[in-house]
Amino acid sequence: MKTVDRTFTTISGVPIDPLYTAADAPRNLEGPGEFPYTRGIHRDMYRGKLWTMRQFSGFATPEETNRRYHYLLQQGQTGLSVAFDLPTLMGYDADHAMSVGEVGKCGAPISSLEDMEILFRGIPLGDVSVSMTINSPASVLWAMYLAVAEQQGVDWTRVSGTLQNDILKEYIAQKEYIFPPRPSMRLVTDTIEFGARHTPKFNPISISGYHIREAGSTAVQELAFTLRDGIEYVDWALERGLAIDDFAPRLSFFFNAHSDFFEEIAKYRAARRIWATAMRDRYGAQSERSMKLRFHAQTAGCSLTWQQPYNNVVRTAIQALAAVLGGCQSLHTNSLDEAYALPSEHAVTIALRTQQVLAHESGVAATADPLGGSYFLEKLTADSEAAANDYIRQIDDMGGMIPAIEAGFPQTEIAAASYRYQREVEAGERVIVGVNKFQSDDQPLELLQIDENAGKHQEEKLANLRRRRDAAVVARTLDALKRGAEGTENTMPLILDAVRAYATLGEICDAFRDVFGTYQEVTRL
Amino acid sequence: MIRVLVAKPGLDGHDRGAKVIARALRDAGMEVIYTGLRQTPEMIVNAALQEDVQVIGLSILSGAHNAIVPKVMELLREKDMTDVKVIVGGIIPDEDAAALKRDGVAAVFQPGASLDAIVTFIRAAV
Repeated sequence: MKTVDRTFTTISGVPIDPLYTAADAPRNLEGPGEFPYTRGIHRDMYRGKLWTMRQFSGFATPEETNRRYHYLLQQGQTGLSVAFDLPTLMGYDADHAMSVGEVGKCGAPISSLEDMEILFRGIPLGDVSVSMTINSPASVLWAMYLAVAEQQGVDWTRVSGTLQNDILKEYIAQKEYIFPPRPSMRLVTDTIEFGARHTPKFNPISISGYHIREAGSTAVQELAFTLRDGIEYVDWALERGLAIDDFAPRLSFFFNAHSDFFEEIAKYRAARRIWATAMRDRYGAQSERSMKLRFHAQTAGCSLTWQQPYNNVVRTAIQALAAVLGGCQSLHTNSLDEAYALPSEHAVTIALRTQQVLAHESGVAATADPLGGSYFLEKLTADSEAAANDYIRQIDDMGGMIPAIEAGFPQTEIAAASYRYQREVEAGERVIVGVNKFQSDDQPLELLQIDENAGKHQEEKLANLRRRRDAAVVARTLDALKRGAEGTENTMPLILDAVRAYATLGEICDAFRDVFGTYQEVTRL
Repeated sequence: MIRVLVAKPGLDGHDRGAKVIARALRDAGMEVIYTGLRQTPEMIVNAALQEDVQVIGLSILSGAHNAIVPKVMELLREKDMTDVKVIVGGIIPDEDAAALKRDGVAAVFQPGASLDAIVTFIRAAV
């Protein structure tokens, strides 16, 4: 028999043994719903409630996006997830010079409360949970959302959903930051505090590893940097005077579902274990709800290939299965055409159906943690936990995540990992089907075309709004906001006042820019 | 030594590709200047002039290439810098890639392009 002498590693480069045995697994494994929740946060897992099927979407205009939301809800989707365009993410109005060519390209453009009203027209915010992928200007978009709920007559205690609002991973990975880290952290803490007082069913933050992984990190880096970011947010909220059990239950997480099946499942299990232990031992949390790590997962955009795009349906299905076996609370499955463009309605329907097949045909949702006790999985879980804890200790020693970011530590670790991976692909050591092996000609796809007039449409609407609104009230609320930002009070009530007066996103962010300044990163190659 | 300016125009912060390319070109023996994020066409062309580069590499994943790249090409023509080769990498549909090439872009590298192909192209073009 021939011996295979090449080394086998996970996609993150972790060596894999040819066989795992009982010696690799823990003797006693606690049950699901029991501390530290390795096997899931609920005793009955998906029997009690399936994960929320939540497809991230937004494009062109608020009007177009609203139509897509109605379509997705009719197709059986159970929650909404808003993608904002780049100008909105960067706190620019649609008519700003930096917005040229970008309006509506990567998401929905929202420059004012008026756009937010259109986005959720006919969607009852007391019944549908809504996730919003917005970071640097998150508090502004959240204020607009709460103002729409108000208009619908929905009490804030009833609105449920999630704000991404994770600024640390922007400095680390996605790079959509506006202000320097410390004032940004203050804005995040304002939302956590405001949420703890007014919106008991809303997650004010979704601490995200997704983008860290997309930027090229390993699974362990994703795990470690995300959880260390979480610790940073907790420290700031405690510093503000909040009690751990008053806000920790509403902290939520967001992880990538990448292609290495077992490594991903181990990652989610290790994440729950590390977080539960940190909440109990580092912070003395008493409430179980503070210790239970709840997470959304999205399949890996960076794994989608331009070549032979139909293969992406298969990749996505495998990744989604890993997320479900890892115990996710909600899931987004990518569409087959997303290496090209935002997804067409046809492609996004297949992606949603993939989740429905997993939920209703595969049988994997019938029992909690079906892979628990697998020698291989348990070993990977323990190793991921140990490796992530090493990173967390290193960052603790640097004085926390902000000094680590300022020193470029997570950024250079990720860049090195992504370069190593790309080199392995180049050398053919990593096979990407259809790209560096098994190539063939592709069939062209029918892609979603973003209306080139979206920008003009938004600019006109905005010009109209600027004429209609009461300029004196706008000026007064913006001035009050600026003074509030200069002090230490919670900015949320001031932002709400400005938003209700139809001050625009750009105007509100400019007020903050005046007070906080902007951030430029020092790039290390 | 071949001098290359790697630039990220527009609002898109996804710099994984730009950084990988910058490193690969450097490992291939080229002098690489990376602009960092959110550069306007004016900033990019000025940097190219200051740094006296032979190649500008633009990385765009946001779909804004049709607004940004022609502006860079126009500025290069205005400043009499048409000898600088412009290559574009990112999510660029075939029909847009063809249009950009008609506008003077030397090459467009779409997802899945190998680092080796990019290095080889630059060496041959300069």
